[in-house]
Amino acid sequence: MHKELLQSIDGISVYPIISLIVFVLFFVVILVWMLKVDKKYIKKMENLPFENEEENNFNNTGDLYEKKV
Amino acid sequence: MQLEKFSYDNKIVRDFTIASLVFGVVGMLVGVLIASQLFAPELNFSIPFLTFGRIRPLHTNAVIFAFVGNAIFAGIYYSLPRLLKAPMFSTLLSRIHFWGWQLIIVAAAISLPLGLTTSKEYAELEWPIDIAITLIWVVFGINMIGTIIKRREKHMYVAIWFYLATWVTVAVLHIVNSFELPVSLFKSYSLYAGVQDALVQWWYGHNAVAFFLTTPYLGLMYYYLPKAANRPVYSYKLSIIHFWSLIFLYIWAGPHHLLYSALPDWAQSLGTVFSIMLIAPSWGGMINGLLTLRGAWDRVREDPILKFMVVAVTAYGMSTFEGPMLSLKNVNAIAHFTDWIVAHVHIGALGWNGFLTAGMFYWLIPKIFKTELYSKKMANVHFWVGTLGIVFYASAMYWSGVAQSLMWKQFNDMGMLQYPNFLETTLQIIPMYMIRAFGGTLYLVGMLMMVYNLSKTMMAGKLVTNEEAEAAAMHKEEKEKISHRWLEGKPIYFLLASLVVILIGGIVEFVPTFLVKSNIPTIASVKPYTPLELEGRDLYIREGCNNCHSQLVRPFRSETERYGEYSKAGEYVYDHPFLWGSKRTGPDLHRVGGKYPNLWHYLHMENPRSMSPGSIMPPYPWLIENALDVSLTPKKINVMRSLGVPYPEGYENQATDDLMKQAEAIALDLQKNGVPAEPDKEIIALIAYLQRLGTDIKANPVAESK
Repeated sequence: MHKELLQSIDGISVYPIISLIVFVLFFVVILVWMLKVDKKYIKKMENLPFENEEENNFNNTGDLYEKKV
Repeated sequence: MQLEKFSYDNKIVRDFTIASLVFGVVGMLVGVLIASQLFAPELNFSIPFLTFGRIRPLHTNAVIFAFVGNAIFAGIYYSLPRLLKAPMFSTLLSRIHFWGWQLIIVAAAISLPLGLTTSKEYAELEWPIDIAITLIWVVFGINMIGTIIKRREKHMYVAIWFYLATWVTVAVLHIVNSFELPVSLFKSYSLYAGVQDALVQWWYGHNAVAFFLTTPYLGLMYYYLPKAANRPVYSYKLSIIHFWSLIFLYIWAGPHHLLYSALPDWAQSLGTVFSIMLIAPSWGGMINGLLTLRGAWDRVREDPILKFMVVAVTAYGMSTFEGPMLSLKNVNAIAHFTDWIVAHVHIGALGWNGFLTAGMFYWLIPKIFKTELYSKKMANVHFWVGTLGIVFYASAMYWSGVAQSLMWKQFNDMGMLQYPNFLETTLQIIPMYMIRAFGGTLYLVGMLMMVYNLSKTMMAGKLVTNEEAEAAAMHKEEKEKISHRWLEGKPIYFLLASLVVILIGGIVEFVPTFLVKSNIPTIASVKPYTPLELEGRDLYIREGCNNCHSQLVRPFRSETERYGEYSKAGEYVYDHPFLWGSKRTGPDLHRVGGKYPNLWHYLHMENPRSMSPGSIMPPYPWLIENALDVSLTPKKINVMRSLGVPYPEGYENQATDDLMKQAEAIALDLQKNGVPAEPDKEIIALIAYLQRLGTDIKANPVAESK
């Protein structure tokens, strides 16, 4: 019965292939973009959570229990 | 550069945290209760509102939307303003969001035990609550996007992308899956029927896991893990690849919940392929999280926060490897409908969501209360008790899942089923159910320790309701060079881009399936339910029978032998909503019609153990006492007709009479067999429905045609 359903839609077999191609293209674009991305930008981005640290009374060494001196 | 002064609202963070803790305890308590009911059914205390079928949805909804949901909001309301160097867009909207969400939870906690449910897993809430969820979700969206627009930081950190993708996708999922036509304030029927309803539901169900339990938590991981470890994420580039490929791939994988079902084959295969591909981004994320701790592993030994986070990320990696494996058809054939799936879900819920939440709260609460954690030792004990709880829980469920499945499939030398009686396989795994409940209890104990510890912390410190901060205003004229920076400079474009990415998968799956509407081989002998059967079906939904009984016989010899002919797509065309179920705690019911006499069902519902000694099904004596409410029957017929079920025009006027006629016939049969049945009771409708199930194709088995 599955087969009948499958055949009852014209050209259904092309759907999975389209999906795969779309994804591969999408992935390649992201990959290329990451290979070419500016290092300074990455540096800045990964440090974003650590800006304005001085607002806190605590340091962020992961050691919660130590007051900042 | 001019520095602007502003403040962060910590009160909302605290409120969401408290809500998460309170509802987390409630949700897990209900979890332990239903887990215990599986080996001691009397633990429902003969109260309808406490039966398994009704409170299992309460457990899942409470844990997903109340515990995890509130934790997400707490985490976002803390990290988002700090990453953007701007206060939340509107304090009023924050408050509306908070109270609105809690009201929705309370409405769920009342309506689900009352049996007001749509029956669709993780979307059980009835239509008025669905609308409320939509409104509150919009409030949340405006608040979040408004904050992003008014930010002082040009760049959007990767955590924020995950938050945005979460928001937009959950909105799409919730709306598409909630299309339903109301019958009354508390009752509605799904717009979709049968196979289509199943596909939409599992597209939703799968992606609710993806975009409510995964992407927001990945966002939280990308913020709180670096914060707790005090070092930037291992690879920011990897996080970008992780983000885009994850949201692209996830949306396609829904059909893997419907392998071997009546869903078209190509859609099943598509679900499998994309599930396998999902391993890559998921593990990219896990590795990124774990490697963030490079050089800090010595601290992991002492710091409970990092311990929780490491186990959480590891659990994420385990369940995202297991998921794709479960979507392989040969593995799925064994695992589906068993406790294995329950184990898989709980690795995610207890390990990934639960432990990341714990790590985040232990870090967050001392921060906003400007104090130290009350007891680091107790947090460590919580970690070990919780971990032990997960181990007990998961190992028992893996064992029982695989063991029971193999028993279902076991044939003897004569070529007959080794365990023809389903109950026999259940009784074998009862000890595992006990261990599972014990594991769940341990986890709950850990949770209570966290509540105590954090309460003490809150009492020792003082909440900094408005935390002062300052930052330079963003210069609008600052030019951006390339694509992604352009993209993230404009949150609305970013939102649209994510929307497009997630829609591609949905569209490719849905378009053909909605074409299927005209292509499902209709079976001439399949007819709409009679009014009495329809009422019976609604009782089946009210009591949540679908939580333990599937209505889908898969095309395996072990199943056709046990239950009868395998299920066909054409048999479900009038099923609004579909009731395939996802777990067989009891046997499949799709071919139960005509299998037993009416008397058997009557006595079985009154006390299952009288018919099946040792059964773990709860008794339903109230079905025998309650009079059937037929006030809505004509309206139900009308609604069904407008959904495309071919009741003749004007049939609604005749429906109640027909209903009584059929009920009297069943009652007469029962009376002849010696039980004092009355025709106007609920039990009669339920029996009518059960006796109808799966019998249509028997009337004329060769009539399958286009």
